[in-house]
Amino acid sequence: MRDRGAEHFPGPLHQPPVVANVDAIQPHEHVEHPHHPKLQHHFDDMAQQTEASTLGMWVFLVTEVMFFGGLFLAYLVYRHADPMGFQEASNHLNVKWGAVNTIVLIVSSLTMAFAVRAAQTSAPPKVQVGWIVATMILGSAFLGVKVIEYADKFEHNLVPGPNFVWEGKYPAGAEMFYSLYFCMTGLHAVHMIVGLGIMTVIGIMAGRGQFDEEYYTPVEVSGLYWHFVDIVWIFLFPLLYLIGYHYANH
Amino acid sequence: MSGHHVAPKGMYYAVFLALIVGTILTVVVARYDLGPFNNIVMLTVACTKALLVVLFFMHVRWSSRLTWVVASSGFVWLLIMFGLTMADYMSRGWVTGTLR
Repeated sequence: MRDRGAEHFPGPLHQPPVVANVDAIQPHEHVEHPHHPKLQHHFDDMAQQTEASTLGMWVFLVTEVMFFGGLFLAYLVYRHADPMGFQEASNHLNVKWGAVNTIVLIVSSLTMAFAVRAAQTSAPPKVQVGWIVATMILGSAFLGVKVIEYADKFEHNLVPGPNFVWEGKYPAGAEMFYSLYFCMTGLHAVHMIVGLGIMTVIGIMAGRGQFDEEYYTPVEVSGLYWHFVDIVWIFLFPLLYLIGYHYANH
Repeated sequence: MSGHHVAPKGMYYAVFLALIVGTILTVVVARYDLGPFNNIVMLTVACTKALLVVLFFMHVRWSSRLTWVVASSGFVWLLIMFGLTMADYMSRGWVTGTLR
């Protein structure tokens, strides 16, 4: 029986390589280019590492799409069951606050995009932190407006439950609308709060000068999350605030 | 080295402007009773805005084909979920005796 392993070793083992001039070889010199300190050993290069992280984030965002999708489906089913009730209920939401919050989130997406761009272009840490802080301020402003709106709903007995009062023609549809309103905007607000937490960590990392054009994946991936939360609001705003808006003009 | 794409600042401002215009458009249109077209305009504007954010702010425009497939799969599954569920709810009662 031949030793199969031996085929892979054409020469004798434990024998120094045969070279003409041993002094010409410097054993510990790095011939290949030095790799980035942030490169994990299981990736070939920084580009592959970034690609893997981005793809992973997108897979997570797909699960988030389906997570919110369930609520959007509930909205679709119940609005189809009682379209007039939904329009009547929607008419009592404050379109101005909703529109202001839409603009606030769009601006925050712009500042977020600039935060990523600042890291991509190796901008000074101060600039990177500046964009991240601006994004956080806008995110907090959004939540502040949400607090005002929720407080108003509690004050006017528009929170579904035993104290729900509706003087319109469709109390059942209106209560269902406000249940969905609180679930959808509530889940969205939770995502905003999580986003603020992420931005705090990213801001600290950026302040320590950890991001540059070679390594900016955490900013990029957090940006994806922030933009996704913005997209959810882009759909929530018209579907919740605007479906009964034309009644306000009559 | 990593071959990433840095988009010019002007592009971000252009996308931002389009998003603002879309928001104003959707609010203005909602003031008028256009029947079914209210929903059509509202959802078209919202989908366009979402697409702009995904393509430019989220850099999918410059991402790998694999990212394209994964990103669009979420919306495909969402449409299947909506489609199949509404096919049930909207067709109830079409055949006598099948309601509820």
